[in-house]
Parts: sequence; C-alpha cells; structure tokens
Amino acid sequence: MAEIVHGRKACATNPLKSSAPLGAALAYLGMEGSVPLLHGSQGCTSFALTLAVRHFKEAIPLQTTAMDEVATILGGAGNLEEAILNLHKRMKPRFIGIASTALVETRGEDYVGELGTILRKNASLRGTSIVYASTPDYAGALEDGWSRAVAAIIDALVEPGGAIGPLSRQVNILPGVHQTTADIEEIVAIVEAFGLSPMVLPDISGSLDGTVPSQYQPTTWGGARPEQVARMGQALHTIAIGEHMRHPAGRLRERTGVPVTLFPTLLGLEAGDRLVSLLMELSGRTAPARLRRQRSQLEDAMLDGHFFFGGRRVAIGSDPDLLYGLAAFFHVMGAEVVAAVASTGNSALLERIPTQRVVIGDLQDLEDAAAAAGAELLVTNSHGRQAAERLHLPHLRVGFPIFDRIGSTHRCTAGYRGTRDLIFEVANIAQAGLHAHGPGDFADVLPGEKEASHACAPVAAG
Amino acid sequence: MSRSLQAKIADVFNEPGCDKNAAKGEKERKKGCSKPLTPGAAAGGCAFDGAKIALQPITDVVHLVHGPLACEGNGWDNRHAASSGPMVYRTGFTTDLAEMDIIMGSGEKRLYRAIREAVARHDPPAVFVYATCVPALIGDDIEAVCRHASEKLGVPCIPVNAPGFVGSKNLGNKLAGEALLDHVIGTMEPEFTTPTDINILGEYNLSGELWQVRPLFERLGIRLHACVTGDARYREVASAHRARVNMMVCSTALINIARKMEERYGIPYFEGSFYGIEDTSTALRTTAALLVRRGAPAELIDRTEALIGAEEARAWARIAPYRRSLEGKRVLLYTGGVKSWSIVSALMEIGMEIVSTSTRKSTREDKERIKEIMKTDAHMVDSIPPREMYAKLRNGEADIMLSGGRTQFTALKAKTPWLDINQERHVAYAGYDGMVNLVAELARALDNPVWREVRRPAPWDVPASAAGGSSLAAPVAAAAARA
Ligand code: SF4
Repeated sequence: MAEIVHGRKACATNPLKSSAPLGAALAYLGMEGSVPLLHGSQGCTSFALTLAVRHFKEAIPLQTTAMDEVATILGGAGNLEEAILNLHKRMKPRFIGIASTALVETRGEDYVGELGTILRKNASLRGTSIVYASTPDYAGALEDGWSRAVAAIIDALVEPGGAIGPLSRQVNILPGVHQTTADIEEIVAIVEAFGLSPMVLPDISGSLDGTVPSQYQPTTWGGARPEQVARMGQALHTIAIGEHMRHPAGRLRERTGVPVTLFPTLLGLEAGDRLVSLLMELSGRTAPARLRRQRSQLEDAMLDGHFFFGGRRVAIGSDPDLLYGLAAFFHVMGAEVVAAVASTGNSALLERIPTQRVVIGDLQDLEDAAAAAGAELLVTNSHGRQAAERLHLPHLRVGFPIFDRIGSTHRCTAGYRGTRDLIFEVANIAQAGLHAHGPGDFADVLPGEKEASHACAPVAAG
Repeated sequence: MSRSLQAKIADVFNEPGCDKNAAKGEKERKKGCSKPLTPGAAAGGCAFDGAKIALQPITDVVHLVHGPLACEGNGWDNRHAASSGPMVYRTGFTTDLAEMDIIMGSGEKRLYRAIREAVARHDPPAVFVYATCVPALIGDDIEAVCRHASEKLGVPCIPVNAPGFVGSKNLGNKLAGEALLDHVIGTMEPEFTTPTDINILGEYNLSGELWQVRPLFERLGIRLHACVTGDARYREVASAHRARVNMMVCSTALINIARKMEERYGIPYFEGSFYGIEDTSTALRTTAALLVRRGAPAELIDRTEALIGAEEARAWARIAPYRRSLEGKRVLLYTGGVKSWSIVSALMEIGMEIVSTSTRKSTREDKERIKEIMKTDAHMVDSIPPREMYAKLRNGEADIMLSGGRTQFTALKAKTPWLDINQERHVAYAGYDGMVNLVAELARALDNPVWREVRRPAPWDVPASAAGGSSLAAPVAAAAARA
C-alpha cells in the first residue's frame, strides 16, 4: 500500500499534467468526421492544438467558441451557437464534441440548457451528432477529460436497452487516454483472434494514425462512427482499460445492460493472461497458436531482460492510471520504484502502486524525489527532458505529450507483444548506459580511509 | 476588466508609431486593431500567449503564470528561445488554481505564496507575473499582489496584465511591452556605457538567431547592450534606457517600446530585419548612421561598408553551389511573423519563383515593397483556406512551401516539400549566415529523393498493363518460349 502525499506548494513548477479539456478533445478525435470544440477563449484552444500537433505530428481539427471578455461577461450562448453553425457550414462534420474550459465554468453557465435550445432552434443541425462534456481546467487532467468526454458520447449516442446477449459476437472496447494507435490495433487483433468483433470507442487508431488521405479532409478521417456507437448496446461484453474508464463503462452498462470487465492496465504478462482468459470465456474458443507463441516470446523477453531491471531504481511521473500500469510493470521485472508522482489524485489505483509513497504533484516533485532517491532511470513525458538533463539520467518517454520523439503513437505497450517490446526498450536504455569497468570501480573492495560506498555501484547514466 | 487595463489597451491601440494605424481614420483607430473573432473559425493564440512570447526569453527571471492549469500546463517548454547562460526561464511556474481557490477567492493569497516559494528556491533578479482569464474574471488584482510582494520580498515583481480574452497575440506583445516600460526599463543603471551601445527590440533569439548577428556588431565595435528580449538578463533590460540607438526587429510587435523610449529617453529607433542579405546590410548601415549621428566616430560608416562588402560577397559565394538545385523552383510563401518581402527578395535573388506570398500581417509599406520586388501584386494573397492550399500543392502548383507549423501537415499530406520558417523552427535563419542556412535547407528539402518515393502509386492503384506483375511475367514467358 502506497502512502498518498498531496503536495502543499502554491507554485506548481514544471507541470506534469495536461488539461482536462485537451483530454476531452483527444477523445472526440476518436470519432469519425469529428471536430472537437472547446468552449472558452481562443488561447486555450491554440495551446491545446499546438501541443496535440506536436505529439501526433498530424493536422488536428480543433475549434474554439472564441469567447472574448465581453462574451464572457454577458454569457457565451451566442458564441456557442455561432461556433456550431460555423463549423457546420465550413467543415460539415458528422460529429461535434464540445468541452468546456475553466473560463465558462467559472462564470457558471447553463450550457446544457443552451445547447438544447440551439439544437431545437436549428433544424439544419439534425444530421450532426453534438455532445457536451463539462471539463474545467481546474479539476483533473487528461484522464478525467477523456473519461468525461467518452461518458458524454455514450449518454448522447448509445441507444438504450437492446442487449442481445450471448448471440452477439461484438465486444465493446473502451480504451483509456494513454492507449496509442498501436495499442488499439493490438487489442483489436487479439479480440479478432477469437472470432469476436471489436467496437472501439473512441478509436484514434483510425483518425490519428498518420494515414495520408487522398483528398483534403477538414474533420477527422477515420474513427468510431456515430451509428456504430448507437449500437454498442448489442454487444456481448465491454472491456474498459484504466480506472478512469470505470465511469463511462458504468454509464454504458446502465444504459444497455452489457456487462463490463475493467482492466487497470494491459501492460504485463498477468494483464495479458487476464485478457486472453476473458476472451476465451466470451468466445468459447481456445487461444489461437499465434497468441500462444506471443506469450512464450514474452516469457523469453522477461528472462533475457530481467538482468537489466533487477534492483534498478526508477522514478516515474505520469497521469495516475498510467503510473499504476508502469509501476506494476517495473516492479514485476525486479526494478524498484523509488519515486512516483501522479498528476492528480483521481484514481483509486494509486494506493495499490508498489512503492512507498505516491506524490500528487509536478515534475519538480519528480525531479527532487528522483535526486533524493538516487534514481537511475526517469520515466515520464517529454516535459521531463529538462529534469533528465539536470540529473544526467536516461529518460524513457511515456504518456502525453511526447513531442521530441517521433512515432510515439505507433509504440505498442499492450498485451503480450506490447509488454515484450517495452522490456526490450528499457533493457536497451540500460545497456546503452553500461560502461567498461576500470580499477576505480573497485576502490572500495577493502575498507580504507573512505567508508565503503553504496553497496550497489550505480551504473553510469547514459 | 480593470480600469487601468482598459486604459492600457486603448493606449496601445492608439499607437502613432504603427503605420497601419496611421493609415486609419479616427473612428477606425478607436476600434483597435484586434479583429473580432469568429467563433468556430478562429485560430490564433491569446494575449497572454503573446505577452509570454515577448517576455519569456529573459533568461534569468521567474515567469509565473497565475491561473488554472491550461494556460501554462499546455503551453510551457514550447519554443526555442535560446540562452547563453541562465536556464530559469525554461522552468514552468504556475499557481495551477484549483476549484477551491476560485470559489473561495483565495487566488491572490495563493499567488503571493507562489511568488515567495519561487523566490526562495531560485533567487531570481525579478519575477514576472502573468494574468490569465479566470483570475481576471474573478477580479484578482495581480498588480497589488506584485507591489506587496516586491516590498516584502525585496525582489521586483512585474505584473504582466494581459489575460487571454482581451485579445490577440499581437495585443499581448504590446501589453508585454507596456509592462517593461512601466516596471522595468529605466529602473537600473548599466555598469558602464559606450558611445556605440544599441538595443535590439523584438528579437527573441529563436534557435540562437541573435548569435548569428551579434558578431557582426561586435566586429564593428558596436555593443549590443540589451536585446529585448532574446537571451536577455534582467539587468540589461532594466538599464536599456542608456543605449544610443534602438533597432526594432519584428515589425509592429514592440513598436510601443521603441516609440516611448524615444519619447522618454531621446533614443532614436529604426525598423529593420535580419532576414535576407540585403536587409541585414541595411540594418547594419542604419545602425552605424544613427550612431554616428549620435556622436560615434564617423569612420564607423566606412568600416561598416567594408564589413558589408566582405560579408555579402562571402554569403553569395556560399550560396552559389545551391543555385543549381533552386533555380526556377516555385515557392509558396506563407508566413505571418517574419517580413515576407525580405525573404521574397532573397529567394528571387537566387533564381526561385514566388507563386504566392501571404501578406496577412504585412503593413501597407510591406505590400508596396513586395510589389516592387516582384514587379506585380498578382501573387499577393491575404490568406489561403487549407482546402485551397491543399489543392494547390496537390496539383503541383508549387515545388515547396515555406510556412509555420500550423500548415505543415497540409503540405506534407499533399506530399510537397515543406520548410518551417516560424517560431517553432529549429534552424537559425538570421543574418548572412542564416540566409546561407535557409538556402541550404531549401536545397536539402527539394533534393530529397523521398518525394519521388512517397509519390509512387500503390501496387493496387497501378493500371494492370503497367503493373509490376506483367513486366515480371514477360521474361518468364520469354524464358518459356526459349525452352
Ligand atoms: S485564453 Fe485565457 S484561459 Fe485560455 S490560455 Fe489564454 S489566458 Fe489562459
């Protein structure tokens, strides 16, 4: 059981979290023909857009209701309506996902009511699915925004009732915000291997996977379709990934009666086994040969790789659910999580993290804790690069944003294969930092003037 | 909005030094230069963003953002303003206001505590405190907090009152300038002065561009006293009022500083650019002339001409080998920040053809200049909607696009070479050296065989007769016939 420590600083230094509205926007991007719309001032959208573009290396449709000061004081209903109508006219989206920001939430607007009025007033909007999530920046971070947006999509689009139970071959997948394109593709492949047909919501593997469309496309290209979402009630089962998906998965179950299995993470042999067992049960089939081989490859990777994990001191900073998954992974491989910082305290998994203390804080907290604990590897998003430089530590980039490496959306860390590859990646970072020994490394074999130094000589950081 | 902020905004909108403004009627001018935004079709950053861009390059101070997470959390560590020393400016500081702070109205207290913590840990020569929308909406008085903190902590705390929702990035640039004029410039004395001290205003040392021009001034014995704000130290900016000449780089962004410093301290200013060979020479020439007018020895002018002659020749010699790759190639130039005409002239000089250049943010004078250089205004466009831009590139109407990050993927998805010339770029393009860099980058982009490769049709898109299968089949058939 980890102790949860809330930082007491007034000055957050080197923020670890990205905002909730951005998390919501990412979820909306997993819908086909979609434009996310942030209800707030234009600057918030501009920052969110720039960051998302830096991460995905893709043009990203993201719009704003462009509240200026006057609109903020007088109320934003007019801007909201104008924005929706403009989007509708210019981009012809099939889906508009609205996320509120701190500004409109602080003023305390009844946008749900307003949105209802707008939709009633404008018959032309009938063919467009429009959903709304409340995601003020001052509450939560990426995982919370994503989760609320998915819940909003479910509430708005899924047809209630309609479970057809065991006859169905459909399995709903609700990935968390940190599942990459590659993760989703991997999960889909695993589910399909059992003759089941996955329905992913939201599905960024269709829209943010870097395909090059053959024509100009102002909205997302690929992603979950509203009419598919409507039929999620016909599924046999729902698989949700990450504690932050408990809420949307619960909404889906309430609406449709489709049972849910929640996976805290899909990283690790055990998680992979749980997924496969569930799919065996749902499909009534045994695991295909390909998956058996993959499991065996993972075992081999664990055997080959554990040398580079055992006793290694790791510092991790990320959103809470991702933190849980990573910490559990490093722990199982024999590493020691000596510093753990979560961006928010909004996950019940935090106390189950295999480490002494989890700090709810920022990258300064991570840097301080990593330095104090003599960490040998820093695991966090790209914003951690300054800390890694100062501490002379190798830096494994995880989560969001990753803007100084390309291809992060094609990195898979889910299931047997994903876990295998992450083991390789970490082990290779460790190997890159190995140095040839010299006599200096053994200066303390006999007790001398100096106290014998730390029992385990730190491996030089790369 | 507080009365003082209202007055400030009216004041910067009324900027007489701005030639766009000078061309407007009285009524138009009152309306200000921010165009009303269209909800659902707006793209730019906010005033806070603009203020931060203008000030963050001051390297040794704490930049503390007062607001909920989004403003700093999504925006920090996103530019490449380089430092030759201190790194504090790259640290992201924010009060990260929580719901409780907003409901209880404890934002000001939290801000004060945050300032205290940052000062205790980093011991900076100053703290810049940025207002954002939510605290502005609930009426947090950052000016009062800054006054109080400056007194209590003995460190100057500079309020930067440019909450995002008051307007555009450009307005934010100017409000940042006002903050410097009100609270920083003139508050310290330089350790020493020389008759050839100059300031450069509006240069942010992105990717180290300042270092491409600094040596030119040094060679001439001209001392770059303060760069506002690229690679600046607080003290340099605070004592900038003792320089002899101000050069203003990014056309209208910090015009208010230039003009008010002239008014207050009698420092003449001129507008110049370091983009392009001709421009760099003009900048050096004008600086020397103004310094001589202000009492520097007259031989400075001759030495300047000599340096210009030598450096221009050297730059052209370095550019020559690329001419073969670039001659006749068609460029779509789509820029906002930098002055397009100076790049236009440089590209034409090496034989490239400009198919379009955007003049969204250009002044009337800029447009005249472009017309003069290109001998026609047929290729000047205001802005190109992404759909059209994609079509143009897809149809091969240009061989390469030069633009900022926002349009990057429009070009790349159209499988067209693209070069980043905006703020996020990693390559330095200033001065003579920068122009050589630009040309080299252009050649590298255009010559890359990858374009041919990615334009290859997929096997399933190839008409059957031309497909690989049949050509393979032919020799097999021939072999069979022989047997
Ligand atoms: S618009 Fe306001 S709330 Fe949004 S980023 Fe700018 S200052 Fe922050």
